[in-house]
Amino acid sequence: MNDMRIVKRDVEMNDIKISAKDVQVYYGDTHAIKDVNVEIKDKTVTAFIGPSGCGKSTFLRCLNRMNDTIDICRVSGEIKIEGEDIYDKRVDPVQLRAKVGMVFQKPNPFPKSIYDNIAYGPRIHGLARSKADLDDIVEKSLRRGAIWDEVKDRLHAPGTGLSGGQQQRLCIARAVATEPEVLLMDEPCSALDPIATAQVEELIDELRENFSVVIVTHSMQQAARVSQKTAFFHLGNLVEYGETAQIFTNPEDPRTESYITGRIG
Amino acid sequence: MSDLSSSQNGAPKNSLLKVDARTKKRNASEARFKAYGIGAIALGLCFLVTLLVSILGNGVPAFKQTFITIPVELTESKLDKSGTRDLEVMKKVTTFGYKPLVENALVAALEKEGIENPFAKAKDLAKLLSSSAPAQVRDVVLDNPNLVGQTVEFRLLAGSRVDGYFKGRVTRDALARDKNLDAAHLDIADAMVAAGMMDTTFNADFVLGADASESRPEQAGIGVSMVGSLFMMIVVLCLSLPIGVAASIYLEEFAPQNKWTDLIEVNISNLAAVPSIVYGILGLAVFIQFAHLPQSAPLVGGLVLTLMTLPTIIISTRASLKAVPPSIRDAALGIGASKMQSVFHHVLPLAMPGILTGTIIGLAQALGETAPLLLIGMVGFIASNMPDGIASGFLDPNSAMPAQIYEWAKRADPAYYERAWGGIIILLGFLMTMNIIAVILRRRFERRW
Repeated sequence: MNDMRIVKRDVEMNDIKISAKDVQVYYGDTHAIKDVNVEIKDKTVTAFIGPSGCGKSTFLRCLNRMNDTIDICRVSGEIKIEGEDIYDKRVDPVQLRAKVGMVFQKPNPFPKSIYDNIAYGPRIHGLARSKADLDDIVEKSLRRGAIWDEVKDRLHAPGTGLSGGQQQRLCIARAVATEPEVLLMDEPCSALDPIATAQVEELIDELRENFSVVIVTHSMQQAARVSQKTAFFHLGNLVEYGETAQIFTNPEDPRTESYITGRIG
Repeated sequence: MSDLSSSQNGAPKNSLLKVDARTKKRNASEARFKAYGIGAIALGLCFLVTLLVSILGNGVPAFKQTFITIPVELTESKLDKSGTRDLEVMKKVTTFGYKPLVENALVAALEKEGIENPFAKAKDLAKLLSSSAPAQVRDVVLDNPNLVGQTVEFRLLAGSRVDGYFKGRVTRDALARDKNLDAAHLDIADAMVAAGMMDTTFNADFVLGADASESRPEQAGIGVSMVGSLFMMIVVLCLSLPIGVAASIYLEEFAPQNKWTDLIEVNISNLAAVPSIVYGILGLAVFIQFAHLPQSAPLVGGLVLTLMTLPTIIISTRASLKAVPPSIRDAALGIGASKMQSVFHHVLPLAMPGILTGTIIGLAQALGETAPLLLIGMVGFIASNMPDGIASGFLDPNSAMPAQIYEWAKRADPAYYERAWGGIIILLGFLMTMNIIAVILRRRFERRW
């Protein structure tokens, strides 16, 4: 397959965060992901694009084993984070998810205060030794989530009372509060208006300094704006993976080209 | 396009100002449907009003009771021949020993007030009094032996027919066929009321007291069976809430979806529809015949009602767990909470109002249940004493409110019929209170955000 060639060409082996080899996912009898091989670099934004139902979200959810919660879902192949197979029997998915955070399509703050939303992760993982520690973590996370200035005066107001865009940034702040190494984002802007989207995109760009970010998006413009690497999925196959600029200006696969020019999807 | 041009030229072809035939038809059918709805609600309200009026009309008199206030001379030679005031000796004088004292006291009281007494025998006149009057006097004397030798004012229960006369249940016409009471009795009763010796007031003993034998409805109260119901509800709450909620959380959140859990699910739904008397016979076989728990005990009643309530609680808990949006579970799992943390920290608090409502409705159902109690012996038993401790509250024979009502309704005396309605008022009061608590709890938990 020619996509393998691209991967080999573009990614230097030393800073690879996640590598997936021959990943297959089945939902019952449906073969949802076929032979996906991909290597995701550290401190990079990687975008997964593709038409609806192409398996990009499914693959994303494999990276922190969220698919485990679906009974009929089966995953085979090998996904390694820093060389460790996350589907190894000895791996506890709960521990994995602390390392690989996730932000969902719909903002889903807990029906608790803004403070408790952020503090929940550090609390259950025992990251804070004292109340002051926890306060620091909350402030730092909210600043990273680019929402601190808007909520610093009402930390104990319910998180569900924020606007959609604020809620999503709160969820991002909540995800970074547990100090993950990888941040998975499943269409984080699909429920947001253009202004909130711009804010979240800016935020994603800032997050790149500390995390490797994997983002699934419907919008090719968004992928072009925020990512350095882009992977194009189609019908469960990873069709093409490479530098974003190259994928959008000079795709190698005709399917990628048709999608980008709007002929499929 | 053609519509646009025609509207510019004058009246449009399909004017919105005119209702066409099809729309008329649709509007008419909608109006009909609304009318059916209003009719159904009105009919329901009618029944409700009828129910409440008849319950209140029949039951309220049970809360009132006619009393006769007379001085009774506690003659020492009758009550304590030895004069030692030794309780053991005095206890040997039974209520029969007190009876003549009370009867003579009534005669004397009438004489003193100048009320004409056509009865030659004091015994005949004493039909005005409840047959439990001597026992009332005896209880007071045994509590306080120093009263012997004095003349003490007593407030004695009037007989159920005299009581019924003042409540309008017994008429003079009806007395013609009644061997127990004459019209002359009623004349005396009227005169006694005029003289202030007889009055009808609120009867706390009906709410707090114990059941009485068949011939003494005026003495019967629902208090002891209320305590029996209370102990049963404690058992039901303490068992069915934790078991039910734990079972539903496991089934809803942890159990794999396979044919076994499907089977369990179907069976729980079926159990909710099993007639309650079946649980009664199960309780009889398992708890009494096999486990040898005491008969008629609130503990056994509570266990049986727990079996009956569990499916209700499980079904409502599962429904409220299902209603919690899955995005909350994802959110918790996504930041590395374990399954159990996500359930207990996030899902359960959100499901709480639904769980509590289901539980209280289940409890209310259990509180009003009679049939299973028939089979474990909590009906037909006359609970005459308050339990004297927590253990005896669970283990001593007792009755329950609905069982007590059933028992009263079964008895022949119309005075008991009245008490049955009165008992229903109290039972409905409890149910209403529980429902109000359910509503308040639901509001409170929902208002958190």
